[in-house]
Amino acid sequence: MIIKLQAKEIVFGYDSNPVLDSVSFEIAPSKLVTIVGPNGSGKSTLIKCINKIVSPQGGSILIDRREVAKMTRMEVARYLSYVPQSSVRIFPTNVFDTILMGRRPHIGWLGSERDEEKVWDVLQLLNIERLAMNNFSELSGGQQQKVLIARALVQEAEVMLLDEPTSNLDIWHQLDVMNIIRDVVKKKEITAIMALHDLNLASYYSDRIIMMKRGKIVAVGDPHSVITEENIASVYRVQAAVRKLSDRPMIMPLRQIRGSKA
Amino acid sequence: MMSGKALFFRAKTRAEMSQSRRAGKRSAMQTAHDRFKLVRIFFVLGIAALLVFLTGLIITLGPLEISVADAYSALLARFLPDHFQSEALTSRVVWNIRFPRILGGMMAGFGLGICGCVMQAVLKNPLASPFTLGITAGAQFGISMAAVIGFSVLGGPYFIIGNAFLCALLCSFFIIGLAAIKGATSENLVLAGIAVNYFFSAISQLLKYFASDEQLRLMTNWGMGDLAAFSWANSQLLLAVFVICVPLLMSKCWDLNIMTAGDDTAKSIGVNAENTRLFIMATSSLLVAVIVCFMGIIAFVGLVAPHMARMVIGGDHRFLIPASGVLGALVLMSADAVGMNLMAPTIIPTGIMTSIVGVPFFMYLMMKGKRKEFWT
Repeated sequence: MIIKLQAKEIVFGYDSNPVLDSVSFEIAPSKLVTIVGPNGSGKSTLIKCINKIVSPQGGSILIDRREVAKMTRMEVARYLSYVPQSSVRIFPTNVFDTILMGRRPHIGWLGSERDEEKVWDVLQLLNIERLAMNNFSELSGGQQQKVLIARALVQEAEVMLLDEPTSNLDIWHQLDVMNIIRDVVKKKEITAIMALHDLNLASYYSDRIIMMKRGKIVAVGDPHSVITEENIASVYRVQAAVRKLSDRPMIMPLRQIRGSKA
Repeated sequence: MMSGKALFFRAKTRAEMSQSRRAGKRSAMQTAHDRFKLVRIFFVLGIAALLVFLTGLIITLGPLEISVADAYSALLARFLPDHFQSEALTSRVVWNIRFPRILGGMMAGFGLGICGCVMQAVLKNPLASPFTLGITAGAQFGISMAAVIGFSVLGGPYFIIGNAFLCALLCSFFIIGLAAIKGATSENLVLAGIAVNYFFSAISQLLKYFASDEQLRLMTNWGMGDLAAFSWANSQLLLAVFVICVPLLMSKCWDLNIMTAGDDTAKSIGVNAENTRLFIMATSSLLVAVIVCFMGIIAFVGLVAPHMARMVIGGDHRFLIPASGVLGALVLMSADAVGMNLMAPTIIPTGIMTSIVGVPFFMYLMMKGKRKEFWT
């Protein structure tokens, strides 16, 4: 089953500050979609609205034409998995148990061999089986990110939401994590939607980019149509040079645009 | 970037690996994991066996000489009179004097250990204990009210403990209610708990200020925690609350595992973090209130029993909850046995002894345990 995700006029705000202002989009199945935009543009909030971590004050999210707001959390968790930006563990938990958490929407009280097999499969898929018995908090940032992705994968949801999966990672690990995401999107035929800061990574890996500014979508489309000098100037207030590299637009930021807020 | 060929080979290896696993071959990591699962099961069974052994051992301590074998046969003779015999005097001493106190310690320790464990998980705070929610302050306030003002909700035999129980519950439900309205985040609950704790402590202090010597003595004794107050009569109520609350808490073990990863993650995996937190806090408050009203304040066990268990078997609540309970029971029983016999016939109150015996032991574990060791 391949599902489609729709957002219709999502509104969200804290008190009187609107964070999301009538956001609508549609995402076709089995794609890698990134949401880009300056700090505070509402990328992370949009991700959290999609899977009901926060409830939008207006509008609706539809998965397979079913409204997320009317589904139980457990039902939502079977459709949508989530990879947080980072995870602070107060109590020691090993990697295996951390990933096993993702089986919760499918698991019985005792937990079965089958659930554990799924964890081993994903550990091998991401090539991190050797870490299974390590304490999660003692892993490096890149390893932690992979474990969080693994947890989302065992959830077996058709859409994976990721909140800035490459922040705090060096460039080797940024590529490592992005390659993993691209591979699983292809192999497992799932959709990945991620908030991302790095425009070049977004351009290089995405099938589609959603560009946001102050809670509104300003551009949607393939990297060529969204990553343009004009868009970057108006959304980020940065003058940048955009050049083609490996058939993808790559940007080089040149200078800030001062003066009145665009 | 991986070439197509390399990708093909990696995929092939993976297919082979999973095939060999299905054929029954397990990798070194999987064997290590299997071993860890066994360690967890044997640890829980081992400490449970130790609990049974210690019960027999502690029964032998006291003025009347009873051997370990006599202790067990006196206990079992009640249930299997055909197979076990016991002298009348021994049986009386065991069943009326020594065993009730041990059972009281066991139940209190078990309940406090479990509550500490689940509260630490839902509040995501290693300092959380069964008293975080102002249960102590509430109970203390109830006792002070009965002792100083002479006001009791229930009266009769429940003049004091009824007050302690109801005020403890009232206090914790007030905090839970406050958090439910404001959004039941762990921060809100801890903050509200601390604030209400201070408020009720202040009122208790005020009442103390006006109390007579006799009234002060009553308040102080209860505050030190004493298993002597436990009897067969009140064991039934305690047992009834245990039978209801413990399975309820155990039924949430997966959700508790997930709650320690933070509310956002918990919600994304299908756990309603706020409701689970309220449910756990309300259920464990009930359990703690009934323990506290009978046995007074025994603070230390609930805080450290879960940490001791975590050091050995890690964070999976399927094993951690029972292990915390049994470890709590072990600590409390042993400490009380020491308190009973160290300066006999003077009995050192349970609450004091638990901390005096337990804190050095816990410090030892903390210093000795390397973080790595928790996992192998």
